[in-house]
Amino acid sequence: MTNKDFHFVADIDKTQVAEIDAVRISDKPTNLYLDAWRDLRKRPMFYIAGLLILLVTTVAFFPDLFTQTPPNDNCLLANSNGAPTAGHPLGFTRQGCDIYSRIVHGTSTSLSVGLIVIVLTTLLGIIFGSLAGFYGKWVDAILSRAGDIFFSIPYILAAVVIMSVFSDFRNVWVISAAIGIFAWPSTARVLRGEILRVKQSDYVMASTAIGVSRFKILLRHVMPNSIAPVIAVTTISLAAAIVAEATLSFLGVGLPTSTMSWGNDISQAQADLRTAPQVLIWPSLALSITSLAFIMMGEAIRDALDPKARAQR
Amino acid sequence: MSTPLLSIRDLAVEFPNSQGTVRAVDNVNLDLWEGETLAIVGESGSGKSTTAHAIINLLPGAGKIAGGSIVFDGKELVGASESELEAVRGSQIGFVPQDPMSNLNPVWSIGFQVEEAIAANNPGLDKKAVRAEAIAVLQKAGLADADKRMKQYPHQFSGGMRQRVLIGIGLSANPKLLIADEPTSALDVTVQRTILDHLATLTKASKTSVILITHDLGLAAERAEKIVVMYRGKVVEAGPSLEVLKNPKHPYTQKLVAARKAAPRKEHMGTDVAVSISNISKVYQIKGSGFKSTPFTAVDNVSLEIKRGTTLALVGESGSGKSTVAKMLLGLEKPTSGEIKVDGKNIAGMNSRELFDLRRHMQPVFQDPYGSLDPLQNIANTIAEPLVTHKVGTRKEREARVRELLDQVSLPWAISSRYPSELSGGQRQRVAIARALALNPELVVLDEAVSALDVLVQAQVLELLARLQDELKLTYLFITHDLSVVKIIADRVAVMNKGQIVEFGSTKDIFSKPQQEYTRNLLDAIPGAKLL
Repeated sequence: MTNKDFHFVADIDKTQVAEIDAVRISDKPTNLYLDAWRDLRKRPMFYIAGLLILLVTTVAFFPDLFTQTPPNDNCLLANSNGAPTAGHPLGFTRQGCDIYSRIVHGTSTSLSVGLIVIVLTTLLGIIFGSLAGFYGKWVDAILSRAGDIFFSIPYILAAVVIMSVFSDFRNVWVISAAIGIFAWPSTARVLRGEILRVKQSDYVMASTAIGVSRFKILLRHVMPNSIAPVIAVTTISLAAAIVAEATLSFLGVGLPTSTMSWGNDISQAQADLRTAPQVLIWPSLALSITSLAFIMMGEAIRDALDPKARAQR
Repeated sequence: MSTPLLSIRDLAVEFPNSQGTVRAVDNVNLDLWEGETLAIVGESGSGKSTTAHAIINLLPGAGKIAGGSIVFDGKELVGASESELEAVRGSQIGFVPQDPMSNLNPVWSIGFQVEEAIAANNPGLDKKAVRAEAIAVLQKAGLADADKRMKQYPHQFSGGMRQRVLIGIGLSANPKLLIADEPTSALDVTVQRTILDHLATLTKASKTSVILITHDLGLAAERAEKIVVMYRGKVVEAGPSLEVLKNPKHPYTQKLVAARKAAPRKEHMGTDVAVSISNISKVYQIKGSGFKSTPFTAVDNVSLEIKRGTTLALVGESGSGKSTVAKMLLGLEKPTSGEIKVDGKNIAGMNSRELFDLRRHMQPVFQDPYGSLDPLQNIANTIAEPLVTHKVGTRKEREARVRELLDQVSLPWAISSRYPSELSGGQRQRVAIARALALNPELVVLDEAVSALDVLVQAQVLELLARLQDELKLTYLFITHDLSVVKIIADRVAVMNKGQIVEFGSTKDIFSKPQQEYTRNLLDAIPGAKLL
């Protein structure tokens, strides 16, 4: 090609022109959620978090599989703040109760609070977020401002106030409601933002032109395409809800002391922090590991659902 | 000149992927002499941009040069250190990127960004001199009152003005070589022409060599002395522009040239009126500061008639109001005034039930093949949605209909359980066409339906549309900015400018004897129009 006017033609056999726009499909169907699922199964973090969550859930549902020692009865004051002995691997609380047994039996409380809060916030968040994002205009104005009001009040502070008012009705449902009622705006905001983006897409316009009703478009096309970030946020806020329950119980406005919960145990361990740190450490550890498991799961899901993050790995 | 300014030998570029590496560019050879303009032509994914980026080693992501040599002005660039490359970039080789919308930083003023480029290439210059130079650069790039413009921000500039700024920055250090990567593909044809004219004047005056990267063979032949045609990472043909265009030797080039020529198509003039649009206007209220809003007339008193079984092309540049007309016809927007009659029935007076029934008779196909299909619905569900919505047939009958539709748009049944992300742009557009045809409509509104596709795929889809029109007696409203497509598909043409119809007539008349200055300008701006 040194000559300026040389007309070069590549070896035609070696540069065959393929059929224009030939259909090449892979072995397995792919879409956002299928891809995310395949990607998740390659992540060690997903397995670690998954195993921990499975373990915690099993403990919550079948505490008797893990311990035969009753958590409240048979507490001997002679064992007060005692060191581990055979059959009591983590030692004893101030009241002489088995710490291991109390942790095992407290799991279901923490987990139920987490789950109830999540169901509540997701429900409220999805209803308000999708209506605000999809219908816009005054619906959006009212719902978003309402959300802002709830959002501007720290939900722990709000829950403290609510729990103080309802001091006679403290149970798992009330505490979950107290946390959930102020935690939904973050879910709603995430969803609203996604819906604002998705509803501009041509496939929404195409469905409108077909004659699909607004509400059906919201359910069939807009929601499935905007829900991905909500799934990740929800998993992470499950951990936050478990911590919030412990915080409220620690502050003495959570569940009554008769209810077994990690927060209550941590609260009662305050007094003996210096002399018997194990009384505090074991329930705190259970709390940390459980919330960590959900946070890790949430992050794994978030990364798997984000095609950009996936491409960068 | 005995030695070329730029000489590329056996260049190979690789990108890592999950299975190892993909060779995006393989065995590329080219020579560029001083003052010469060379065009690299190819479809998306052909490796044309990658080749250009490899010259200044600005490969995206983890791509790297896997072999070969790039000699620029006697220096080897492959394997050169980052500081050596920095000395070449900007000052010796200028670069004009593709997308004028995203390649200027929105938080800095235009002046700042030009000054930055000048200061980087002239370390000795003081502030005042840099500023004076920046103004000179912008003036040279063709911006009136460059002095005042310096303080403005990118969002205050139109696409064409931004591209002028980018060209100014690219040429600011008087480089020996300018690489322009699809510099005008985001712009209207008339703007494209003035920008490219200006670029040619500037580079000719300074004897700068230019590598022009484009997907448009006509544009390449018109603007460059030499053409390099790339296909799947390889150079398949290279030579003097006119020679390649008139006497293409490689089958791929032959196909490209053939795609630009109008395929024989039966003309339909029609007799009875399918759609009549009379005096419609659309006024939007643009929100200003506070509670004020100013009216903006997007469509101004437009009247049109579409005869049954024919294709009317509605042509105009961006912002001409052509898509708004389509949306009003489809009932997606309400006209501010005027009336639209489909089969003699006025759309405006319809209740929601009548409008729902009307939708069976007219269906749209939108521009963006990546946006018009729901990514979470499989192909069968997407095509069946109109049938389900209008409660047509049983499950079995619907499946049979989807089969038939896929067959009509030449797609295999195997893709019915797949999702849109697995299909190419052209295939998605065929799925969108199948969905539009599901209810046996009489009118199909094609809103820039082939604009985003590669030339050969575009030709294939146009052929499909013509075949379907013959078979199913369809009426098309074809909205486009691309006049070369209009020539292939349309029976009649309406030219829109600033919300008004400036000219209306048969395709033959419009192309052979345009009456309006505006239409003539549009026709002249078709790249390579005079060459083919």
